[in-house]
Amino acid sequence: MTMQLVYFSWIRERVGKSEESMQLPGDVKTVDDLIDHLCSINEVYQAALGNKSVVRVAVNQTHVNLDHPVTDADEVAFFPPVTGG
Amino acid sequence: MARISVQREDFQIADEIAALRGDRTDMGAIVTFTGTVRDITGELKAMTLEHYPGMTEAELGRVADEAEKRWPLVGCRVIHRYGRLEPGDNIVLVITMSAHRHAAFEAADFLMDFLKSRAPFWKMEETDNGGQWVDAKESDSDALKRWD
Repeated sequence: MTMQLVYFSWIRERVGKSEESMQLPGDVKTVDDLIDHLCSINEVYQAALGNKSVVRVAVNQTHVNLDHPVTDADEVAFFPPVTGG
Repeated sequence: MARISVQREDFQIADEIAALRGDRTDMGAIVTFTGTVRDITGELKAMTLEHYPGMTEAELGRVADEAEKRWPLVGCRVIHRYGRLEPGDNIVLVITMSAHRHAAFEAADFLMDFLKSRAPFWKMEETDNGGQWVDAKESDSDALKRWD
């Protein structure tokens, strides 16, 4: 499947791009699976997403937890805890 | 008019209040909160706010919806700036209007607490030593608990 991935703040800097489309194996069912898959690709993703305690995720522009399901039609965003206001 | 604006441009508080009031006379209380770029140490040159276009507006709208559900507001306005801002510049404006002051004060406080922990903004501080991303504060997520 092909998923749209979006990155912000220092996660964007570590990945080295603000967005990308990616083909994913069928066993990626949840946000948690997706992070594990990305971290297995290379150390760039590992450095950006490996510490799950500081990674926040939105699916289709809504905050979600790690157990949230993902499908190939989704836009999935990764970012550190937000600091607006 | 739009309740939510996410923009580079500055805002004028008096103009925003006037636009929100219109011809209405059924409110007895108007509360505004303005957040500005703070420089305590004198070392900050600028603060650049990055955001997630689309989600930012959606999230601010959800927070405003929730405030309107909890308090009898007759008006509600949120403006959040992004881009490169300098010390003293405005960052965020919240206006709440209600018949009575308690609802307006509480709703504005609620909006700021939720905005800080939900709206997808990230701040980078720029000093002579370069840029540094601002860490989220534990106290900001703790602040939500009093609204449970």
